[in-house]
Amino acid sequence: MHYEVAGDDLVWAGAAASDLKNELKRLGICPEVIRKTAVAMYEAEINMVIHADGGSIDVDISPDSILVTLKDNGVGIPDIEKAMIEGYSTASEEVRDMGFGAGMGLPNIKRCADVLKITSEIGVGTTVEIQVNI
Amino acid sequence: MKLKDIIRYVEATVYVCDELAEEEIISACGADLMSDVLAFSKERVVLLTGLVNLQVIRTAEMMEIKAILFVRGKEPTREMKSLAEEKSILLMSTKYSMYFSCGILYQKGLGRL
Repeated sequence: MHYEVAGDDLVWAGAAASDLKNELKRLGICPEVIRKTAVAMYEAEINMVIHADGGSIDVDISPDSILVTLKDNGVGIPDIEKAMIEGYSTASEEVRDMGFGAGMGLPNIKRCADVLKITSEIGVGTTVEIQVNI
Repeated sequence: MKLKDIIRYVEATVYVCDELAEEEIISACGADLMSDVLAFSKERVVLLTGLVNLQVIRTAEMMEIKAILFVRGKEPTREMKSLAEEKSILLMSTKYSMYFSCGILYQKGLGRL
């Protein structure tokens, strides 16, 4: 599955995660796996809108895992280790008003993912790979 | 506790999905920070929040949250009602504050197990 995420629309962000959740339900995947995948992808999708002006998401579903790959052409993450710390945030006031940007997105993704891989280059973009085992 | 009991205890006005009033709820999450809600992993939950925007509905959808109670008289927008209806999430509002609403439901036994 492939999704394009618009970068300027925090109000409607999450539509891709919602669509994937429906698809996983349709496939009869176990509810706990669906919850973990939906939450991780939703947080990552929000991050993509907040920090990177959108991007693209590809989802591969195999018999034993779900792999969600999010790619953006944003500013990049200068210090990934620091970004993983709960409470660390560079988000704007507007984002905080929406109920996000409290430095919990990446820690939440990590909690839900069985494997999480983040690669980032300043000025080039970030790729986030989230694997959830079935 | 059933959703209809929660509606009665906090004297809530229901906006959409009142057909879910017979649903059994066993826990509650009170938060204005959606990432806090996304870190909460209990089932059959009612979400109490003072935040009013579409991401509240999206968050509930991701977490399979059955109902959202807006505190301090806040009302959901037309877009929120429409998305909640599509996702089968009951939306309601109470005049009581977050602290008071949580207090009432806790006192009545919600989430005390």
